[in-house]
Amino acid sequence: MSILLDEKTRVIVQGFTGKIGTFHSKEMMEYGTRIVGGVTPGKGGSDHLGKPVFNTVKDAVRETGAEASVLFVPAAAAADSIMEAADGGIRYCVAITDGIPALDMMRVKRFMRRYRRERKMVLTGPNCAGTISPGKAMLGIMPGHIYKAGNIGVVARSGTLGYEAASQMQAAGIGISTSVGIGGDPINGSSHRDILEMFETDLETRAVMMIGEIGGPQEAEAAEYIRNYMTKPVVAYVAGLTAPKGRRMGHAGAIVSGKGESAAEKTDILKNAGVVIAPNPSELGSTMARVLKERK
Amino acid sequence: MDIHEYQAKEILQKYGVPIAAGKLAYSPAQATTCYNQLGTPACVVKAQIHSGARGKAGGVKLCKSEEEVQKATNDMIGTRLVTAQTGPQGKIVEKVYIEAGTDIDRELYLAFVLDRATERIVAVASANGGMAIEELAAERPDSIVRVPIDPAVDLRRFQAAELAFALNIPKELLKDAIRAITGCYRALIKSDASLVEVNPLVITKGGELIALDAKMIVDDNALFRHPEISEMRDKSQEDPRETSASDHDLSYVGLEGSIGCMINGAGLAMATMDMIKHAGGEPANFLDIGGGASPERVAKAFELVLQDKGVKAMLVNIYAGINRCDWIAEGLIQAVQSIDLKVPLVVRLSGTNVEVGRKMLKDSGLPLVSTETLGEAAHKAVEAANRR
Repeated sequence: MSILLDEKTRVIVQGFTGKIGTFHSKEMMEYGTRIVGGVTPGKGGSDHLGKPVFNTVKDAVRETGAEASVLFVPAAAAADSIMEAADGGIRYCVAITDGIPALDMMRVKRFMRRYRRERKMVLTGPNCAGTISPGKAMLGIMPGHIYKAGNIGVVARSGTLGYEAASQMQAAGIGISTSVGIGGDPINGSSHRDILEMFETDLETRAVMMIGEIGGPQEAEAAEYIRNYMTKPVVAYVAGLTAPKGRRMGHAGAIVSGKGESAAEKTDILKNAGVVIAPNPSELGSTMARVLKERK
Repeated sequence: MDIHEYQAKEILQKYGVPIAAGKLAYSPAQATTCYNQLGTPACVVKAQIHSGARGKAGGVKLCKSEEEVQKATNDMIGTRLVTAQTGPQGKIVEKVYIEAGTDIDRELYLAFVLDRATERIVAVASANGGMAIEELAAERPDSIVRVPIDPAVDLRRFQAAELAFALNIPKELLKDAIRAITGCYRALIKSDASLVEVNPLVITKGGELIALDAKMIVDDNALFRHPEISEMRDKSQEDPRETSASDHDLSYVGLEGSIGCMINGAGLAMATMDMIKHAGGEPANFLDIGGGASPERVAKAFELVLQDKGVKAMLVNIYAGINRCDWIAEGLIQAVQSIDLKVPLVVRLSGTNVEVGRKMLKDSGLPLVSTETLGEAAHKAVEAANRR
């Protein structure tokens, strides 16, 4: 099992026919993702990569039974497309787009609350590499071959640091159930905590690797959840120990602007909640290997 | 993006927030003209830099004559003002704001901020204005009132009134206060700002409400729909290296150490810097080359990193996802061949087509150290820097 998606999940691509959407749709299909169509307003009725194109998400859902969407729509229109997915009956949406205005995301999150729990969409991203259930399906832009299938959950803000973790784990012979990129923006669809909750109830996930970074309250919220509810072991690393206060480190959300937002503080909070901290970023795989051995 | 006080006040005024009369001056002569035009006996000369805490650093002067205005302006313009927020290098003062003097009765604090925990705009108010919010939170936490605003219905009048009452606004000013509070919120929403801070908001002895200082931070990601705010960007307030990087779509932050970094992805960049520190070194910069590491971008990034005089070794760490290591190796080789590289270069390639990429680096005969893991790369770079 895995969380959020597997090889049976029916997927549509929003921003299907654009250059980036086309390139990554091919990669995802090659990996085995069940892509059943795409949405590009104005191009409904045509075919692209051998799959039908629809004008709206509602049309696509009605015709294909799509459950998930992956979104490559440009930043200025992305928030609208996420809302369209939520309204159109999509259950899980991965927003890859970088550069969405923060107030747009604030409105997206508010909009998503209008639906009852049973049909509420899960959003991960934006500004992320996507989600992969190794050996089954991927929704995103990651290199699929570095992920070995297995039973460790991964949740990371950063794309490439998530790759680093995956390849260190592969080198250590450790496989992954699902790896979720939650993105580097100040307001994102799902938090570390949201994903941890899913891994906690997933039968095939044994332990979780969590990769945070400076800025925002999400690692501290995750620590609170881990302390109170999590039974599976969590290994964590928080990037940005050397980042000076008040400077934005690439990601829109990676900035220490208040108390508790530095890497050192977050590391302490997580450690106090019983999380095993990787001593440095080259020991992500080995730390997980040690934890798995101890808990056998 | 930060904007200046005078620009923030221009925006706030548009949304009905009362400000004192004021004019912008680029020279002492202009400043005295502004002073005479204002026609008030006292004025305040305020250095326009992207930083708070200007008062304690000598960037805010009360003046009561032409001579005083002239001298204060002369003292400020062209200097680098070092405040508690600027770092030791300070910020250049290129212009001053000449503002009519205000007889202050009470100082209040009012801000609207994008709160990441609630994912909403939160109003923050305190009847104890004048000091920084961090100090306020430490010394008078009970005086701070926070009101979260639902984006579906925006700031309601009752909420603005709650804030006004929390600020102990006298009855006769209540309407003005509600208008000013609502104006600040609308200014934030309409400008796509992540912060609007009025500190202090003052009540004058004459019974007027005035936004005496103003700070706004505008979301970089939203500038595309605010051309008039984009024009407010003041490159003189930025680190020139960061400006040059952003012109090339590279993300760069200058630091103090000796190891120059070039990495793809912000998280991996931060992790690599952490690893350098762990290995006993200090990074000279943060440089995220982003997704498409074309030869041109690689060359530009090299140039930027090597501009830092403190750089004694350079570390390149690329995890090729949608990129391919052979393309990156090609870009690296071209870039190194076209520049005069005087410091040792450590390269770590990983990901798609890594064997081909590493072989290309080896076959190029260039004097670089190729490594396989993040840990090895950081240790080699620190060693190389320490030898010099």
